[in-house]
Amino acid sequence: MNLSRRQFLKLTTSGIGATSLGALGFAPDRVLADVRNFKLASTTQTRNTCPYCSVSCGVIMYGLGDRSKNAHLKLVHIEGDPDHPVNRGTLCPKGASLIDFVNSPHRLKFPEYRAPGASEWQRVTWEWALDRIARLMKDDRDKNFVAKNAAGVTVNRWTTVGLLAASASSNETGYLTHKIFRSMGMTAMDNQARV
Amino acid sequence: MTNHWADIKNANVIVVMGGNPAEAHPCGFKWVTEAKAHNKARLIVIDPRFTRTAAVADQFVQIRPGTDIAFLGGVMNYLLSNDAIQHEYVKSYTNAAFIVRADFHFDDGLFSGYDEAGRKYDKSTWVYELGPDGYAKVDPTLQDPRCVYQLLKKHYSRYTPEVVSSITGARKEEFLEVCKTIASTAPADRTMTSLYALGWTQHTVGTQNIRAMAMIQLLLGNVGMAGGGVNALRGHSNIQGLTDVGVLSDLLPGYLTVPKEADKDVDTYLAARTLKPLRPGQMSYWQNYPKFFVSLQKAWWGGAATKDNQWAYEYLPKLDKVYDILTVFELMHQGKVNGYICQGFNILASAPHKAKNLEALSKLKFLVVIDPLVTETSTFWRNAGELNPVDPAKIETEVFRLPSGCFAEEDGSLTNSGRWLQWHYKGAEPPGDAKTDLEILGELFHRIRTLYAKEGGAFPDPMVKLAWPYAVASRPSAEELAREYNGWALADLPDPKDKTKIVVKRGDQLTTFGQLTDDGSTAAGCWIYTGSYTDKNNMARRETADPSGLGLTPSWAWSWPANRRVLYNGASCDPTGKPWDPRRALVKWNGEKWVGPDVPDFKVDQPPASESGMAPFIMNPEGVGRLFGADKLTDGPFPEHYEPFESPLAKNPLHERAVASTNPAARIFAGDKAALGTSEKFPYAATTYRLTEHFHFWTKHARIPAILQPEQFVEIGEALAKEKGIRDGERIRVRSNRGEIVAKAVVTKRIRPLTVAGRTIHTVGIPIHWGFEGLTKPGYLANTLTPAVGDANVQTPEFKAFTVNVEKLGVA
Repeated sequence: MNLSRRQFLKLTTSGIGATSLGALGFAPDRVLADVRNFKLASTTQTRNTCPYCSVSCGVIMYGLGDRSKNAHLKLVHIEGDPDHPVNRGTLCPKGASLIDFVNSPHRLKFPEYRAPGASEWQRVTWEWALDRIARLMKDDRDKNFVAKNAAGVTVNRWTTVGLLAASASSNETGYLTHKIFRSMGMTAMDNQARV
Repeated sequence: MTNHWADIKNANVIVVMGGNPAEAHPCGFKWVTEAKAHNKARLIVIDPRFTRTAAVADQFVQIRPGTDIAFLGGVMNYLLSNDAIQHEYVKSYTNAAFIVRADFHFDDGLFSGYDEAGRKYDKSTWVYELGPDGYAKVDPTLQDPRCVYQLLKKHYSRYTPEVVSSITGARKEEFLEVCKTIASTAPADRTMTSLYALGWTQHTVGTQNIRAMAMIQLLLGNVGMAGGGVNALRGHSNIQGLTDVGVLSDLLPGYLTVPKEADKDVDTYLAARTLKPLRPGQMSYWQNYPKFFVSLQKAWWGGAATKDNQWAYEYLPKLDKVYDILTVFELMHQGKVNGYICQGFNILASAPHKAKNLEALSKLKFLVVIDPLVTETSTFWRNAGELNPVDPAKIETEVFRLPSGCFAEEDGSLTNSGRWLQWHYKGAEPPGDAKTDLEILGELFHRIRTLYAKEGGAFPDPMVKLAWPYAVASRPSAEELAREYNGWALADLPDPKDKTKIVVKRGDQLTTFGQLTDDGSTAAGCWIYTGSYTDKNNMARRETADPSGLGLTPSWAWSWPANRRVLYNGASCDPTGKPWDPRRALVKWNGEKWVGPDVPDFKVDQPPASESGMAPFIMNPEGVGRLFGADKLTDGPFPEHYEPFESPLAKNPLHERAVASTNPAARIFAGDKAALGTSEKFPYAATTYRLTEHFHFWTKHARIPAILQPEQFVEIGEALAKEKGIRDGERIRVRSNRGEIVAKAVVTKRIRPLTVAGRTIHTVGIPIHWGFEGLTKPGYLANTLTPAVGDANVQTPEFKAFTVNVEKLGVA
């Protein structure tokens, strides 16, 4: 087996592709030949979990780029994580096509606003959108906040603006969502567990 | 799940009812296959359709939608009348021996205390007889006619095989075959696992469907065992986590609850939730509620939560009612909701009765949609012809659409169905100007808080004083938030046994919720997650070792609570602390402490039940599992069969009383009641479901799934197709009393007609995945058809049993 140090590193850093081929008993030059042409060899791997059902299969995402400062990673491939004790590298038809969700032409790319009665979106800035939402929320809360009920008990609730939280978002997002909106006295708050 | 995905391999019998994991959870279903291949497990599938799960089953029984309790009640009757139960477990670990109050009764479909005008029960009789010592009375011989065991036998004696067959449409012989297989797991060394999903929850009797199976599992001694348990296969990747952190109208993190109006001060609030033992020597772990609550308040309000201000109790709202989605849409429809934020939630497609929801959204002043993808909710105002027949000019709602990153573009954790918190890493930037959810939340809150600080306004304190210990105020990081819900010490914490020693230093992360205090010296945002982020991020662990061979992988990620992989595992041992089945021992008592491959679900140095009297269901004040549900649910201590609110039968075959035909404690709003159809006009049972190739309404935006299942269809049986002259592939109209959809008919053998109460009943199958946005061919949102009525306990809509009619339209 003729491997330069550089080739060896390339082989080992390409990770599971190479190691599992090796484990299957392929001849080393054959492995090397395969790796040399392997399109994922120049990608960066990131561990993640599938966001669809509650099995939460482990996935490996392959991004073009090397995490250097000005290089934005572009995901080109997602596959099952063979180390994961539940899915053991497998994915279902939904998970196997995750890359098409990440790169869907229907991904939203900038904030938009639809004015009353309008039949089109207009592109707006984050500043404008968030300022206006904050203003609408504060004005409504100030107007409709219930400090005490009819019996004079302090209830400090706000029932006229509600929120639905995403149950594909992370625990950290869910926790922060809860902390923020409950501090406003919000009661009309649910997530997909309700349906 | 009480257990976890890989644990399914340990089962001897697997019952899938109310779910279809081969299609909806394919990579979890591999563990069913594993159990069949390596453990000679038998797979039983009970479903209204012959699904891909059914295709690999050893026994498949088709039932009418919404008749699960009739079936499971029949199973209980079989187990009790054939004495096929795990006697020692039932006697020691369930409330079978408890004596129920003498005036509790059940008569013609109603439990004692029913108030017909209010559609609710006075539950004061649904409790145990208490002795002079304040503890529940018991009869260990199980002979007392008022003990739970005898009441249970009596209640389910009505569910004979003939009655089961007549209500469900299952053939009597198939039903009895299933009973035999289930009964085979009564011996201590055999277990059955139950796998269910939305097929059980989306009913007006959803909670009771699950309870019925939990009772069967208690009778068989299968709860707490490897290869046992009651296992919810949750619908979304983090529906477990979002529920754990309490993002629901009436919950706080860690299954604490939002105060109600009656909880006038913090002492009243805590007293009602700090449950004292109902039997001598029980742990009744909710006795620690004040520690969890005070630590939460400290995490949220830091120094502003003090003993003197009741730990900022008044910073929390008090509920006058539960603001579940059905209630909120009713209020919105009445014009009483002004603004709504949909964070990754396509509610126009997800809540029942689309026409009503459209009207409701049109009455909002503003709607904010935060999502990675185009959703029908964000474009509810867009005219899409018959698929969304609205006039934008008449809709005055301001709509904001904020682009968020997706899973691949953020760090964070998700909690899977098996309660594992798994950390994931960012692999790319969000596209265009899109921001992560945390950034959007941080930026929005920063603005609102600034406005309150500047202008004042209604009760600004809880927002202005909200603890915000994040390095970049407008962008809290996932790690910072994870450290916060795990919790840290606010003062040096002394060892309770030796006060001179410090267990946790001030500022250090806590390692277990056992360290939490109610004196303000700890902060923890979600007590059940304490231990997930200690001096390191345990959710990111990737050690695959499985020393016990039971699939526990204890160093892979982190499982709540306390990294325990099987809940109630104390019940996997007999009362002397010896495993019921040594081949699958999770824990055992070694004479000094509990040891084993799993984290014991018991006080670690507490001797077992035979010595100490402490039983293994430590969260319950009784210490045991509840065959009799006491007053915990709204609609009865025993599950009872009630017809769906829309049923092809005009009347419940079990009850004469009209009010007990459907669940008498389920709430329905007047307008929603008026929108229900009759069995004369809508004679066919209908149910909604997912397909293998799609996930809800997302994957229609992804190219390959959109190619694999490009067009909306409905499934009808061959007999119904013949009756209506419908050919396979022809476009047909499906109507309910709330609307209609037009879709291709798939004529199938998978749904055959059933004989129910002497009549032939057809079932129509309606997959849910299409809408007026997406890369697929445009289709109707399936909830155009579904009724707005929910489970009596948690208000989950009845998507899985309603009625429709079907019409031939002509050749496509």
